[in-house]
Amino acid sequence: MTVPVEGFMYPNEVELAWSVLIVVYPYVTGLVAGAFILASLERIFHVTAVKPTYRLALLTALAFLLVAPMPLQLHLGHPERSLEMYLTPNRYSAMAMFGFVYIWYLMAVLLLEIWLDFRREIVLLSQSTTGWKRLLYRALTLGSSNISEGALRLDEKVGWMITLIGIPSAFLLHGYVGFIFGSVKANPWWSSPLMPVVFIFSAMVSGIALVMLVYMAMMKIRRQPIDMRCVDTVARFLLYTFIIDFALEMLDLVHRIYEADESFRSLDFMLHTKLFFSQVILQVWLGTVAPILTIGLIQIFDVPEKLRRLAYAVCGCLTLVGIFAMRWNVVIGGQLFSKSFLGYTTYKVDLISREGELIATALLILPFIILAVLMKILPPWLEGQPVSGDRRRRRRRIEAGGKQHGADHWGPRCFLLQRMKTSSPSGPSTSFTSSLDCTARQPAFNSQDSYCFNCPRWTSGIHRRPFGGALHARLLILLSWYNQAGILLTGHFMKLY
Amino acid sequence: MITRRKLLMLLPAAAFAWEYVMAGTAESAPGYNRDQHWWGMLMDIDKCIGCGSCVRACANENDVPEGYFRTWMERYHVSDWQQEVTPQVDSPNGGKNGFPPSEAQGGKNFFVPKLCNHCVDSPCVQVCPVGSTFHTPDSVVLVDETYCLGCRYCIQACPYGSRFLHPTRRTAQKCTLCYHRITRGLTTACCENCPTGTRQLADLKNPNDPIHEFLKTHSVLVLKPHLAIGAKVFYHDLDGSVR
Repeated sequence: MTVPVEGFMYPNEVELAWSVLIVVYPYVTGLVAGAFILASLERIFHVTAVKPTYRLALLTALAFLLVAPMPLQLHLGHPERSLEMYLTPNRYSAMAMFGFVYIWYLMAVLLLEIWLDFRREIVLLSQSTTGWKRLLYRALTLGSSNISEGALRLDEKVGWMITLIGIPSAFLLHGYVGFIFGSVKANPWWSSPLMPVVFIFSAMVSGIALVMLVYMAMMKIRRQPIDMRCVDTVARFLLYTFIIDFALEMLDLVHRIYEADESFRSLDFMLHTKLFFSQVILQVWLGTVAPILTIGLIQIFDVPEKLRRLAYAVCGCLTLVGIFAMRWNVVIGGQLFSKSFLGYTTYKVDLISREGELIATALLILPFIILAVLMKILPPWLEGQPVSGDRRRRRRRIEAGGKQHGADHWGPRCFLLQRMKTSSPSGPSTSFTSSLDCTARQPAFNSQDSYCFNCPRWTSGIHRRPFGGALHARLLILLSWYNQAGILLTGHFMKLY
Repeated sequence: MITRRKLLMLLPAAAFAWEYVMAGTAESAPGYNRDQHWWGMLMDIDKCIGCGSCVRACANENDVPEGYFRTWMERYHVSDWQQEVTPQVDSPNGGKNGFPPSEAQGGKNFFVPKLCNHCVDSPCVQVCPVGSTFHTPDSVVLVDETYCLGCRYCIQACPYGSRFLHPTRRTAQKCTLCYHRITRGLTTACCENCPTGTRQLADLKNPNDPIHEFLKTHSVLVLKPHLAIGAKVFYHDLDGSVR
């Protein structure tokens, strides 16, 4: 296969060394870091409005973190030797540190925090479920079934500490990815001390947008009202981080234009030709300026709730496409010009190969499937606060008899607390006779009650299941298609040049 | 105290560990003392006629796959002051089969042989995550193919474009300065096959090597000196347009 070349490339440069999988890798890692930082807003900075997204953000971060090393692994010429990075690392190599930062972040931060946060539910579920689920939850308790008030208080304290450590760890995780590129002095497109900072802020942007989208989608799927106070706050944080991210990127661009060093001619040429679509159209206009303007206008004008929801959904999708385009422009863009600055090569993405479009798309869909499974095992819905918005639909549903859905209710946590209080060694005191309306605040349980996995609530078996599990997964896959669209569009447009 | 039983138990672990100690150590030839040499190369580009013998010799000696190059030739054409910044350069098939007659009129034309610069502070050695790219004590940058992950970070880090991923072995490859030859007292395949003496292997630690006299009496430059990576391929009469 001959690759079209313009001008002069060093002969070994014609074929790109890093493929679309290395675009996916920082994109996925960025989503992890961003989602975690959003979660920490509630825990450390006490932004209570974003509480409904807290656990969802943690699970999202975990789902994406589990996929993060896969593109690297698939990209390696000898994946079977990847363990050498842990056994005999070169401590001067930025890449060698990946393994350690990854393990630290996965084991010491994310898994521990999720476990502490869900421990109470895990213990209770291990007692109330049967069969394989019981075994699963018993394993997840890690042998600790103490959920006394003191133990839970301790969990909370330790969890807070872990989040505190987790924020710099999340910065480290993605900052290091930026450093991998930023420290390559042979490549002027990458070599910049701003690169790690730009990567961190773009990670926050993408992570926040993703959690916002997943939250809104899940609320729709569960037929629950979207907490607009929460989404408005998340969108506001998205706007703030976006402005910093955009400012940094523009600073980098202005610096390059003004300094105009030996590489400028090449970079300028690429911006006007090979990267025009992915950088100027997708990344800057559609992926950055459009969401900033839209969310900014929402802050200024009184926009109706329905329109706001639509705007947030569109902005979230555009943001994710824009950040993917940014990763593309960094990774692929940085290899399209010769280090002699005298020529340009072309990147052709294969459709079916180890580093092709299909694999990249699968790697972008996989985290959503993992997230769906995680949400089944550890339902993240924490609905302690009354929700606003969508009042008409809620009223309709209440009138139709489905009180438990959409009503201002107390969520599983308070139910569980109630359950703990009402259960005594001699067994539950009263039978479960009243309605499932959580607002009754005096629920009683009998041995027949069970935990609904779709709409996590303690029920007595008459609970309406709004959706089957398969639909969950299907809708999540639909949600991930915008990613695929991003890859396909960018890939195909790149080929046009 | 280590008992005989414990010692026997430790032996396999020690053997396993020794594997890792030895990984990244170049094979040495009998009688060759690595501490007494410091290898580099001199390119007298005024002498180069662009015949491509060096490229062919390298490919034959080192079994370089088609389409990839451990060494290659570039032809420069500079006709006016503007082209000092953007010269016309070509390298058909790395100059392996020589060059067709140039269509460019006027100006200066010259050939520039390229290869790995075996830098003292090599970015490729710095970035390799497992240390499979390493410096030998006699200052040659080598790749341990049995250890390389194929992550290609070194390819990105090399400013000279001298590395590639072997299409079938899936490991990084580059010029070894014919280490298997120079440690046996021979010169490199490219130097040996150069009909004009453009390429000269230089032992910078050997006081009797003619390189010392040459460096004292001629102006030389390395490629991309601003990167400060200690390149050891010295070009005599290098034009400022060369990248």
